[in-house]
This record gives sequence, C-alpha cells and structure tokens, in this order.
Amino acid sequence: MLCYLYADELNNYPKLQDSMFKDRATQFGERLRWDVSIDKNGYEKDEYDALNPMYAIWRRANGQHGGSMRILPTTGMCMVNDHFSDVAGGTICSPLIWESTRFCLSPDVGNQAERISAAIMLAGCEVGLRFHLSHAVGVFDPRITRIYSALGWSPEIIGQSGSGREKVQVGLWEFSQDIRIQLCQKSRIAPDLSSLWINQAFSVETGQEQSA
Amino acid sequence: MGEITLRNFVQTKLQIFCDRLASCNTFEDLHDFIEGLRGLFEVEHAVYHAANRKGEPFAIVTYSNDWANYYEKEKLYRVDPVVLNAFQRFHPYDWKSLSWDSKPARLMLVDAIDGGVGNQGISIPVRGPNGELSLFSLSHTASDEYWLRFCEDHMQMLLLGAHYLHQKARSIEHQGVNRLYTTLSPREVDALTYLGTGRSRSQVAEHLNISEHTLRVYIESARFKLGALNTVNAVARAVSNGLINI
Repeated sequence: MLCYLYADELNNYPKLQDSMFKDRATQFGERLRWDVSIDKNGYEKDEYDALNPMYAIWRRANGQHGGSMRILPTTGMCMVNDHFSDVAGGTICSPLIWESTRFCLSPDVGNQAERISAAIMLAGCEVGLRFHLSHAVGVFDPRITRIYSALGWSPEIIGQSGSGREKVQVGLWEFSQDIRIQLCQKSRIAPDLSSLWINQAFSVETGQEQSA
Repeated sequence: MGEITLRNFVQTKLQIFCDRLASCNTFEDLHDFIEGLRGLFEVEHAVYHAANRKGEPFAIVTYSNDWANYYEKEKLYRVDPVVLNAFQRFHPYDWKSLSWDSKPARLMLVDAIDGGVGNQGISIPVRGPNGELSLFSLSHTASDEYWLRFCEDHMQMLLLGAHYLHQKARSIEHQGVNRLYTTLSPREVDALTYLGTGRSRSQVAEHLNISEHTLRVYIESARFKLGALNTVNAVARAVSNGLINI
C-alpha cells in the first residue's frame, strides 16, 4: 500500500523505516555510487532527512519498504536549491512547487519494479493534486530516466551537469488528473483505492495516524 | 457555480489580496490587511503567526481581545495543536485533522469555540529560505460540508497568499536591511527581460530554447521571489530593482 509519512511518523514503523534507509544505502551508495554517507546502522541519510520531510512509500505486505521518495517544499531549505542551483540555472522557489528526491526502489522487488515505480510516482502525483500544486522538481540520475519514460511521465529537463557516473539532471513534473489515471493503470491501483490511501494520511476522518 | 467562473472568482480574490498587501508598509498596515481578510474570504477570523521572530511567538489576529489576551496570558500556543503542528508539517491542514486528544488541547478547544474562534479552521504552514517558519490560518463557524468545499476551492490561493503575506511580514521586519531573495537566476533574468521587451511567451520560449511549460515555471519562480502579483508587475519590479535591463 502507499503510505504518506513525515519522518517523525515513520518512527512508528520501525521495520519500514529500517528497510527504507537500508534500501537507499543499496541504491545510492552501492549501485549508483553516489557520494552519500552511510551511518553505523547501514542507513543512507542526509541533512534533508533531518528536516522532517514527508516520504511517499510503497509498503509491502510484509511491512517492508518497496520503494519511496522524499518530499520538501521549495520555499524552504531543499536539495535542488542548496546544491544544484547551478545545474537548474538558479533557484526554483514557488509555493506551488515541491521538491521530490531520493526516488528509490528496493532491490528485493523483482518483477514488481515497474509496478512499484508507478505506485511511487502515483503517490507524488496524489500529493501534488491534493494540495493544488503545479509541479514537482527533482534532481535525478539520468540512468533512471528510462523508468520515468516507461511510466509515461517524463520530467522536463531544465538543466544537467557532469558526465558519466557524475551526471545529474534537474527536471520538472507537471501534475494532472490524466497523469494520475495513467499511473493508476500502470501501478494497477484502482483510483478510488489510491484516493483512500491519501485520504487516510491527510484527511479529517482518520487524522494523521494511519493503521499500522 | 461553474468551474471557470469559480476559478475567475478566486483569482479575483487573490488579486485583491495582493493589491492590498502591496500597500502595506508597517505592522499596523498588516494588521488592517488581516482584519480585511475576514470580509474578503467571508470568514470570521484570520491569523498570521510567525513562530520564531526574535525567539518570541508573534501573531496578528482578528480574535476578540478577550480571547487573544487569554490565549497570550495562558501561553496556549504551547498546547495549541494548530500551532504545534506547523513545526512538524508543511502541508495545509484542516483543524479537524489534528489530534485534540490531550487534556490541555481539549480544554483549549472548548474555550476557543466559546471565545468565538469558530468550529472550523484551516492553516497553511510557510517555510522560508532561512529556515524561518510561519503560519496563516482562517477560521469560521460552518458545517463540515461547507468548510470542505471552501478549503478545496481556495487551497491554491491560500497557499500563494500565505507565502506572499510571509514575505511581506519579513520585509517589514527587516526593512531596508535585505530582501528575501536578492537575486534572480540567469534563466529568470532572460525570461523577464524578453517578456519585458514585448515578446510573447511562445517567442520567448523558442528564443531560450525551452518549452513554454518550463518558461511558466521560471516566470512563476521569479514572480514569487519578487513578491509580484503578475508577470507585468514582476518585470516592473525587476527593472526598478536593477535586476534586469530593458
């Protein structure tokens, strides 16, 4: 299922939290060889995880992390403006644009990879539509652009730098209902079910506590 | 009301909001501005709350003096879920989605409704570039259905409005010292410069070799940094601040 959790809420899901930060270490440290720091628990964490960001997470039936992304507003401190403004051609600051980073898939998901990728992107789209945002902005490794294009929601590239393994790109994703429906199909999640999940996370009826 | 009519209606409100905000130069002006939001939104109360101004909570409220003084005297911001939530969350929230289970919160809720705050509220947290934090809230007495509709219809304008208000409050606070965002990116400079020389958006996009979609983002970002109401206004401000040459 899709979970929308701020960092402090993630503390209530130790198994999910533990597997997410370890999967991030695998993806960004081992596979993509980014210059990330891994702590003594084997977690990949940076200074933005300390800002109590929101995470959109695919939680597997066994309670473990299947995939995730991290979300922060661009009006405050965020990765794209603090570290990649030279790549993006300047800072991107708008109340209607939130940053999405650390798009990650668990190495254990096997043939579910595309479906879970679609689910995580769907989660990002749900957040954007719910809060009436216009775009997401993100820094990403060009090696995962094929995932985005397979999902039919490619970012518009606004800048890039470096080459080979060092190459990074900054892109924009525009939110729309059409994209949402498309991602529901790709992830094989009924639109009503997707709505239910995000409502559980943010709505009046159940408050912020999601069922464990 | 049809969707397009509604959008125009909300857009008009946002313009009035920005126009009035533009003429504020002091905290007294800002107080009058916030007072005026009650009529603009047809709600009972509006609040601007800066969480960490000089280490002290700072708020402009339209509540009755009785309630405002009581809140201040009892330091209820220490137990108020609406305020506490802003430190942890950055998405807009309906007050009903908060946890009112703690005893001090429950007591406060009863007193607040008694004090005329209303039974409904929405808050927009604002995160600033220097790590500062503020909160813009509206409250009202209404049914759940009415309030849900109101929040849905006004969400985007409240998001923008809350941030513009925050920028204005910061610029009053730091008058003459600095601006929130002192520079535009090269792309933003290009976009505003070409628009200022009368080229259409499609011409500018083509000239800069970017899509109109991306151009829109640069314009919106520049507009936000300049605290401008629309594109023309953004170009005018960029010129008068010496950020672009036309």
